[in-house]
Amino acid sequence: MTAVLEASGLGKRYGHKWALSECTLAIPAGKVVGLVGPNGAGKSTLLELSVGLLRPDAGSIAVLGGQPGTSPSQLARVGFVAQETPTYAGMSTRDHLWIGARMNPSWDEALAEARIVQLGLDPRQKAGKLSGGQRAQLALTLAVAKRPELLLLDEPVARLDPLARREFLQGLMEVVAEHGASVILSSHLVADLERVCDYLVVLVDSRVRVAGDIDELLASHHRLTGPRRDHEALPSDQQIISESHTDKQSTLVVRTDGPILDPSWSVEQLDLEDLVLAYMSHAVEADRRPKLEVRS
Amino acid sequence: MIRVALRQFRTEGVVGLGLLVVFAIVLAVTGPHLAHVYDAFESSCKVAGDCATAANPVLNVDTPLHGALPFIVVIAPALLGLFFGAPLIARELETGTFRLAWTQSVTRNRWLAVKLGLVGIAAMAIGGLLTWMADWWASPLDAVNQNRFSVVNFSFHGIAPIGYAAFAFALGATAGVLLRRTVAAMAVTGAGFAAARLAVTYWVRPHFASPVRESLPLSAGSGPGFLYGSSQGTTIFNAYIQSGVPTPGVGQVVLTAPQVSVPNGWVYSTTVVNKAGHAPTSHYLFQACPVLKQLSRPQPPSAAPLQACITRLTSTFHTVLAYQPPSRFWSFQWAEMGIFLAAGLALCGLAYWWLRRRYA
Repeated sequence: MTAVLEASGLGKRYGHKWALSECTLAIPAGKVVGLVGPNGAGKSTLLELSVGLLRPDAGSIAVLGGQPGTSPSQLARVGFVAQETPTYAGMSTRDHLWIGARMNPSWDEALAEARIVQLGLDPRQKAGKLSGGQRAQLALTLAVAKRPELLLLDEPVARLDPLARREFLQGLMEVVAEHGASVILSSHLVADLERVCDYLVVLVDSRVRVAGDIDELLASHHRLTGPRRDHEALPSDQQIISESHTDKQSTLVVRTDGPILDPSWSVEQLDLEDLVLAYMSHAVEADRRPKLEVRS
Repeated sequence: MIRVALRQFRTEGVVGLGLLVVFAIVLAVTGPHLAHVYDAFESSCKVAGDCATAANPVLNVDTPLHGALPFIVVIAPALLGLFFGAPLIARELETGTFRLAWTQSVTRNRWLAVKLGLVGIAAMAIGGLLTWMADWWASPLDAVNQNRFSVVNFSFHGIAPIGYAAFAFALGATAGVLLRRTVAAMAVTGAGFAAARLAVTYWVRPHFASPVRESLPLSAGSGPGFLYGSSQGTTIFNAYIQSGVPTPGVGQVVLTAPQVSVPNGWVYSTTVVNKAGHAPTSHYLFQACPVLKQLSRPQPPSAAPLQACITRLTSTFHTVLAYQPPSRFWSFQWAEMGIFLAAGLALCGLAYWWLRRRYA
């Protein structure tokens, strides 16, 4: 399986602050990847590095085997929908498609036209007059009509109302199903990703916490509840992701490929939201109680 | 990409072209009349044999336009910088659309080169055409005024304005890249352009070539005269006061240089010296012309003895004129344009470097 995105020790710095550091990732082709993390975790930085809007200060990144943004052909292979889906406010939908056609040799005019019709957008309306949802759809149309092999979307639905959100993600899934591109989609809300993604990357505090197929991640993570005990008592193949304790009871989220044998635990499955939250809260715990830090 | 850049430049381009056309129409309508008045005057004064002192009606034609024309041509490059240059990239950075533009299948270098090249050439073309039209319209005035090297006339004739337009545009675009705000970039462009123009006009242009020095008899030109300093102020006799003339101390007298005009030339200075290169001292002047002592009296001496004194000084002293001859007008224009073009190119280089560094 070839990787659409391969990063090794990747880092980007603004002044003295690292927006992304020691990022090592290999995302396989053909996935719809959810990139989650709190605001400011480095999601936008990672995506902008992938499309060549930024260049790394440390490590390396290869997208579809090439260096991002360095040549017209590399740019043509990657579609990008930027945060807040910028468009030219003074230009009409038709103008945007015209620009897309002039600036992309692989432009799929039929696809673009069909999407505009399907969305019910007035081709003569200025982009500045479109609703947030329509603007996002226009930006998505521009990104998909260049027929990229990899489509990157930076918080495309963050500012949309729930209905527009659903419509946008539906449109995205239709295009992906029809034309088969790999997708990396960032969000700080797990609910957005649950429906569409089959691969997950959790980014917290400029670092990658976990990355993998969602099915595998869900199968290998468990919530254990039982009488209060020290975490040293766990078998070595069980890695603690997060823990909370009351006087009498301990609740752990652990990652293991093996079965949970200890009968004193009551074992629960996690859903995607629980899993992401476990990784995010782990970061908080680690900051507060460095002695208990468990490296993932 | 070229067509895309043209499309995005459409509004500014159409407005710029529209104003140029309006300007052209105004000049085309009024220009022939001015030329006609000039021709009529020239033939009539030739018949009368007095072209030098006759009141020239050309100077009274279309007076508001006379005043406005240099102003418009001088201000035009600044406007090009403000409205073509400053928003060109700043608007993309400020609205976030650079993320859209730079992720199409066109590299950022090419995008920048096409934008700067295309709009920059448009700015230079507008600046050049405007000057060319003003040149044509004002040619009767130039024939009358014979003053092409003056600060105002130099900057709205010839090819220097093409350089001004290129520089103002590049300054606007680069300020936009650095500041990422259209309005801030406009402010910097206006101030920076004015500062650069003033600095070059007063500090750099005089040094493009060292002036020609020519010795003339003291009688050449008008008004070698005297300045006499008394406790009540300065008594002036027949003197043409120009910058650099020393103020006499109390009880002292100064011989002032005559005014020598060089048609279409640029006079730097006129000074009066003897063969050894020294200016006459006050002491020497009182000895050579005792009549000068009467300047201290309430009743000044009559003109005849003072004039006789100047005639006497003519054998010992002469005038040194330092000036740029009119034949250098075009080399000065080329030098001026070259300086501004080079500065504009350097600014574009800075914009290019900054975009790579800051956004990559």
